[in-house]
Amino acid sequence: MLKDITIGQYFPGSSPIHRMDSRVKILLTISFIVMLFIAGNKYGLAVGVIFTLVTYLISGIPFKMILKSLKPILPIIILTSILNLLFIRSGEVVWEWKFITLTEDGIHTAVFMTVRIVCLIIGSSLLTYTTSPIDLTDGIERLLSPLKKIKVPVHELAMMMTIALRFIPTLIEETDKIMAAQKARGADMETGGPIARARALVPILIPLFVSSFRRAEELALAMECRCYHGGEGRTRMKQLRLHFVDLCAVIYVAAFIAGVVLTNIFF
Amino acid sequence: MAVIRTENLTYVYGEGTPFRKVAVDNVDLSIDEGEFIGVIGHTGSGKSTLIQHFNGLLKPTSGSVYIDGERLWDDKARLRPIRFKVGLVFQYPEYQLFEETCYKDIAFGPKNMGLSEEEIDKRVRETARLVGLREETLSRSPFELSGGQKRRVAIAGVMAMEPKVLILDEPASGLDPKGRSQILGLIREYHKEKKNTVMLVSHSMEDVAKHCSKILVINSAKVFCFDTPANVFHRAEELSSMGLSVPQVTRVFDRLRAMGCGFDEDVYTVGYGRQLILDRLGRANAEVTK
Repeated sequence: MLKDITIGQYFPGSSPIHRMDSRVKILLTISFIVMLFIAGNKYGLAVGVIFTLVTYLISGIPFKMILKSLKPILPIIILTSILNLLFIRSGEVVWEWKFITLTEDGIHTAVFMTVRIVCLIIGSSLLTYTTSPIDLTDGIERLLSPLKKIKVPVHELAMMMTIALRFIPTLIEETDKIMAAQKARGADMETGGPIARARALVPILIPLFVSSFRRAEELALAMECRCYHGGEGRTRMKQLRLHFVDLCAVIYVAAFIAGVVLTNIFF
Repeated sequence: MAVIRTENLTYVYGEGTPFRKVAVDNVDLSIDEGEFIGVIGHTGSGKSTLIQHFNGLLKPTSGSVYIDGERLWDDKARLRPIRFKVGLVFQYPEYQLFEETCYKDIAFGPKNMGLSEEEIDKRVRETARLVGLREETLSRSPFELSGGQKRRVAIAGVMAMEPKVLILDEPASGLDPKGRSQILGLIREYHKEKKNTVMLVSHSMEDVAKHCSKILVINSAKVFCFDTPANVFHRAEELSSMGLSVPQVTRVFDRLRAMGCGFDEDVYTVGYGRQLILDRLGRANAEVTK
């Protein structure tokens, strides 16, 4: 049912990657994306692929999760491959049929782009697989905190994100419950045309809205009772600290980036 | 004949993830028509998961559920009629109210059954009477009502489908003592009047002892026992080892027995205990006057 949807797809574990500081993880994920884009030839890209696979092995995330993260972007991959195949007309012609011409360059680019996108997606999903949403927002808040100097409400934004993330599972559970309750009264959500289906959502959406507002009010009240007044002077329960594993991770990523740069120079 | 029967029913949450949890473990049950059954068990013992199998909201991981001899999930299209046969009232059912008026909300179930206008009207008014809602309340918005009233409307919404089996998941939770006894009283009224099977999930040993003809005890996803209240509450020690208890009055009489006051009978309702003590006092008085 709805519970199968993974939002904030955290996969608990105790690998070195799980234990890393979330700030370092975010920064290294960004450098990983940069690494993929500076890879100018297939050797560079191969280094990127090796990096992705090795990192997955270290993280201990099951490989079927890779397929799961790829599913939603499959249409994009297919579309870009088709466009690349059809519209790149330089290089030797491999196959021709009416107006369709496949050239060597086209195939090369299509494969190159596909590998790059796939690596990009599965590499960056590793961040959300190994970092709990709360750690993630904490990390983002700390990374963005210099922006406070120019009056960006970083803490408030992070708080909103934390609350939103915190309530996604609650709301999913609530939706599940309401759906079950209405189904128990014979609500039919699976058959009928689009209009009938939209109408069938009313018995679910109204109770869901009502309870969301109730929850929001209760939460606001509870925060106020604890004298919450924003980020000024707040200390944290979980202090983010850099450890040895973070240093290793930085060296590890730097080595691979160096590898990519070298392939660019030598090949 | 058994109206609900399960065979090796097993349900596992989150199969293949680190969150895997067996919620119902190999349950064999047979529930006869017309009984009033209490379901007790510790929080997280799998009671709620179990009852959601009885009207096909959850699909068993393995094993089967039979309603009136018909095996669920053989034909998905048959699930909807089954849901009208086995009415399920969830915990905090007032959170499922959505219509503009109470009347419309109670009519939601019967309407889904495809009944005629007159039949729907008849059922809505009858169940409203049964749960103690006044005529003028029916035209009000359910969101204006008090918590207890809302709950009556929600329970009426399921009762109006006139299910053969009515299952209620903690219908009295979160209500004050008066609201509790009113809700439980009306469920008992309903059982008396309709002679339908009723299943009551509850945390209150007093409530199940008072109302139920049989008690189903669930412990860590398994059926611990399914027996009459007397036999169930006889096993006080086992019950307390699984985080449950026996009614307070049973404990009182256990202590009296330990103190050597006699009382060999198993007492699990206040009414019976009172009668026993009065009998004893009557006899004592009779001896004194002799």
